[in-house]
Amino acid sequence: MANKRVGLFVTCLVDLMRPRIGFAALKLLETAGCEVIVPDTQTCCGQPAWNSGDKAGAEALAKKTIAEFEGFDYIVVPSGSCGDHIRSEYQSMFAEEPSWRDRATAMAARTYELTDFLASVLKVDSVPGDYEGTVTYHDSCSGLRSMGIKAQPRALLAKMKAVELKEMNGCEECCGFGGTFSVKFGEVSAAIAERKCDFIHASGAPAVVGGDLGCLLNIEGKLRRMGDETTRVLHVAEVLAGDA
Amino acid sequence: MEIKSMRFKANAEASLANVVLQGNLKNAKGKFVTKRAEAIKEIDDFEGTRDAAAAIRNKVIDNLDLWLERFENRAQETGAQVMWAKDGAEVCRLVTEIARKHKVTKVTKSKSMLSEEAGLNQALEAAGIQPVETDLGEYILQVDNNEPPSHIIAPAVHKSLDDVADLFHKVHGTPRKTEIPALTREAREVLRGHFLTAEMGLSGGNFLVAETGSVALVTNEGNGRMVTTLPKVHVVITGIEKVIPTLEDLSTLMRLLPRSATGQSISNYFSILTGVKKPEEHDGPEHLYFILVDAGRADVVGGEFHEMLRCIRCGACMNHCPVYQTIGGHAYGWVYPGPMGSVLTPLYAGIENSIDLPHAATLCNQCGVVCPVKIPLPDLLRKLREKQTDAGLRPLTERVGLRVWAWVAQRPVLYGLGARLGARYLKWLAGEDKSIRLLPAVQEWTRGRDFPAPQGKTFRELYAARQKSAKESQQ
Repeated sequence: MANKRVGLFVTCLVDLMRPRIGFAALKLLETAGCEVIVPDTQTCCGQPAWNSGDKAGAEALAKKTIAEFEGFDYIVVPSGSCGDHIRSEYQSMFAEEPSWRDRATAMAARTYELTDFLASVLKVDSVPGDYEGTVTYHDSCSGLRSMGIKAQPRALLAKMKAVELKEMNGCEECCGFGGTFSVKFGEVSAAIAERKCDFIHASGAPAVVGGDLGCLLNIEGKLRRMGDETTRVLHVAEVLAGDA
Repeated sequence: MEIKSMRFKANAEASLANVVLQGNLKNAKGKFVTKRAEAIKEIDDFEGTRDAAAAIRNKVIDNLDLWLERFENRAQETGAQVMWAKDGAEVCRLVTEIARKHKVTKVTKSKSMLSEEAGLNQALEAAGIQPVETDLGEYILQVDNNEPPSHIIAPAVHKSLDDVADLFHKVHGTPRKTEIPALTREAREVLRGHFLTAEMGLSGGNFLVAETGSVALVTNEGNGRMVTTLPKVHVVITGIEKVIPTLEDLSTLMRLLPRSATGQSISNYFSILTGVKKPEEHDGPEHLYFILVDAGRADVVGGEFHEMLRCIRCGACMNHCPVYQTIGGHAYGWVYPGPMGSVLTPLYAGIENSIDLPHAATLCNQCGVVCPVKIPLPDLLRKLREKQTDAGLRPLTERVGLRVWAWVAQRPVLYGLGARLGARYLKWLAGEDKSIRLLPAVQEWTRGRDFPAPQGKTFRELYAARQKSAKESQQ
């Protein structure tokens, strides 16, 4: 897989909130032998606009993103949510604009969520990280139900000898984030998050790992509000890269 | 039914603050989910069966007029009368007229969500005709001051055993009972008298079978049989989309309906009722009426929400919905709650009357995954959001905010500057706690949880710095 040119789409949330997740993704891809390029004009995939009913805004950002990532063999995204938006929604968005639909389809075929790319495309034998301890895993909705991300992060975590995965009940249940849902119906969103936090606590794991920063910020925010200052909330890329 | 969907947010917050309701929801949560998960394992090719079911429903709704005509002809041949109602008011008028014609003073009812849409009970009462709900859940609600249902198949799921014990003690004037069998027996004893004295029975219909002119009824308590066979008059009220072509199709759909709904392989009772009582038969109604109701459905045919008409009313989407599980059904404010309700209420009761509903979902797609007829509920919710935005129905601040954000996000330099400022500001706001307890401008987030602090610099600026130093060290 060496010399494959990978465009890394870091996502707007990682850019603003947790650059270290972007660097972890970069490290994982480079360690696996990819030539990674981070287009410096990238901003957001446009999902918030699309899910809020702003079609014009969503289309403009989709076109921008498609144009920025056209020259790569692969596009890798450390998020199932943004990855799914690029892979599924871009094409339906341009159903009536054939030239853009074709470009969207071509991009979709080359776009992967990070753990899926590492496990299914690169088929890596090892990961740089050496995390020690017990973790539980939160399956994010879009990744799980639209992109089939379930076994991949677990297989990668299992490559680290000292990691013990303790599955929680309800690991596939939504954490209540839902993008703009979280700021439209804050109390309902936080109440759903509380249930997720209860599952995390019941698992007994001192750390929860996931693949989508939106969910992780929601879960971390709820844990802290519940008075839990210790449970670690980590992106799978940080753990796998040895940056956690 | 009165539309209260405009108050979704306030309703939802009231539900969260209602300690008793929260306890009841916690107890109910997961029972249908677990049972469904077990029940679908009995089907070898579950996905294939879902595809087949969706195809059957598509076949009908793609040519709805033809299938309805076929059903009408066959039903008339069996001695039934077929009537058409364009809205709830017409349903009420037709049922009242039928009742008057047959000198009916009491109507026993099997479950019908369409009668809820129409507000039929109130109309009958106003006409001096007594409606008696005989589905246990519906009966509980009727005697509790006509409380609306909170679930389409388990209408009283928001109530606890204690609630029902108190209620029966009060309305029946009997000693308070706390055992479920004792409470059920008490309801049966009350209902038995009504079954024997009602002159007319009213039911919904899970499916209308075009090839035989039959109505198929799925029930668990046997009340459906009492209602449809004891009185001389039986009135079936269903939406026009409930028709299916054949009995073979019915068997396919019946593999999925009870399993998706309650997690049963088959419901306790399953009736296929065809025509009026024949001279040689011992029971059954002498008069059978079908009232086929539009009430917004015809407008959905052929449009962008067409797929919603596939719905077979199993309730799996709400059972699996994190929002429904958290706030219950009443918060949605009309007849149908949960994801299917958040699509149907705007379509049937007015998009302007349900501004919040399409947004009252995390788009987690659990509903889409469990839907037995593969309705892409999250996509339909998103399309409704788009329609609302296009029609200028969303709040101005939201629309302007989104446009400004999207405009900036198309300008990387400006966006980068904004993100750098934002990251620093949020880090400063969090201070040493590394957690923000009150987020100005986005207070909704921090009402129920903290907002974690950012690292303080953006990825793009850190990456640019790293590239620059790598370049310098190479030189």
